[in-house]
Amino acid sequence: MATIVGAITTSHVPAIGGAIARNLRDDPYWKPLFDGFPPLHRWLAKVRPDVAVIFYNDHGLNFFLDKMPTFAVGAAPQYCNADEGWGIPTLPAVPGDQRLSWHLIERLVGEDFDITSCQEMLIDHACTIPLALLWPGSGGWPVRLVPICINTVQHPLPSAARCFKLGQAVGRAIAAYEEDMRVVVLGTGGLSHQLDGQRAGFINKSFDLEFMEKLPTDPEWATRFSVRELVELAGTQGIELLMWLAARGALSGEVVTTHSNYHIPISNTAAGLMLMESRIA
Amino acid sequence: MPDDLRRAIPGTTLFDGAQAMKGYALNKMCYSFNSAANRAEFKRDEDSYCARYGLNAEQREAVRRRNVLDLIAAGGNVYYLAKLAGIFGLDVQDLGAQQTGTTKDAFKARLEAAGR
Repeated sequence: MATIVGAITTSHVPAIGGAIARNLRDDPYWKPLFDGFPPLHRWLAKVRPDVAVIFYNDHGLNFFLDKMPTFAVGAAPQYCNADEGWGIPTLPAVPGDQRLSWHLIERLVGEDFDITSCQEMLIDHACTIPLALLWPGSGGWPVRLVPICINTVQHPLPSAARCFKLGQAVGRAIAAYEEDMRVVVLGTGGLSHQLDGQRAGFINKSFDLEFMEKLPTDPEWATRFSVRELVELAGTQGIELLMWLAARGALSGEVVTTHSNYHIPISNTAAGLMLMESRIA
Repeated sequence: MPDDLRRAIPGTTLFDGAQAMKGYALNKMCYSFNSAANRAEFKRDEDSYCARYGLNAEQREAVRRRNVLDLIAAGGNVYYLAKLAGIFGLDVQDLGAQQTGTTKDAFKARLEAAGR
């Protein structure tokens, strides 16, 4: 049987890709971000996941406005990264797990989620930066990937409640998978930031900290807000916290935070990091 | 509308259906800048490139002025606009400074202050 070893949620700021490429981990600006990751490296070495199911949002690499799925599930043999137009280095392709992808697709549609399946899917920095942070310099990825993309480009976006339920359905689907494998669930993006408009530079530390505090034990707290309210509280791109809610949704039972980090600013963003694990009673 | 999207958030334009329709040509051009060859082509002949994507006068002028708030008003979405900004060597802090009418250093100082 497949088991979920835990959920990791992290920011995916593009500039991190440049900092990795220029080896700035110990630079005073970057150190508070990178210092959050060694405990996760040790944890990953211990739990050795076979697969990463990643909730992320595409930023105009794979999807354009001609066709904009609300929820898209990758079902590709591998996922290539590509030029996003503003110059961070591209990373090697990540192998997929098509059998698990189709299992998730079947289960999700079976639970009335109207998802889009993708046998070809480019992954952008929202996938590659978290992978590079979690498995640095490994020269070949130690996990297979199942990407699940949630639209945060074009409103209306799916509600926080819906994203949480999607995560719960993914959790049930993984638990029902007959093959023995260990799965880590990732949710990337956020926390509070806004790139556009006169409100650019908006950051809300107190909201972020409350969100992180509630996420393991009371995730439904955040699902009470509308998307508009979350944009007001976290910024137009802070809405990426929907990925964190989906990842949290995949965990069942009593959930605890076993590692976290939070730092302002990385680029224009409040950078957050959490590892959550289920304690089976 | 099922959500309360229409209630304005100060200094914020939610990229909804109305914006997506309005900005389609502009965003489609910016999406093309995922390709290095297209970025080079834009730099070589900006007028022809904008004409090929059918930008309207407002969009063309906003691109000419490299003005982010005008680009957003013309229907631009920040994720696609970032690819246009990349051609001019502008990062998200340059964009933030321009939109808030301050210097990049002052904008960065504001971000630092948000952490305290």
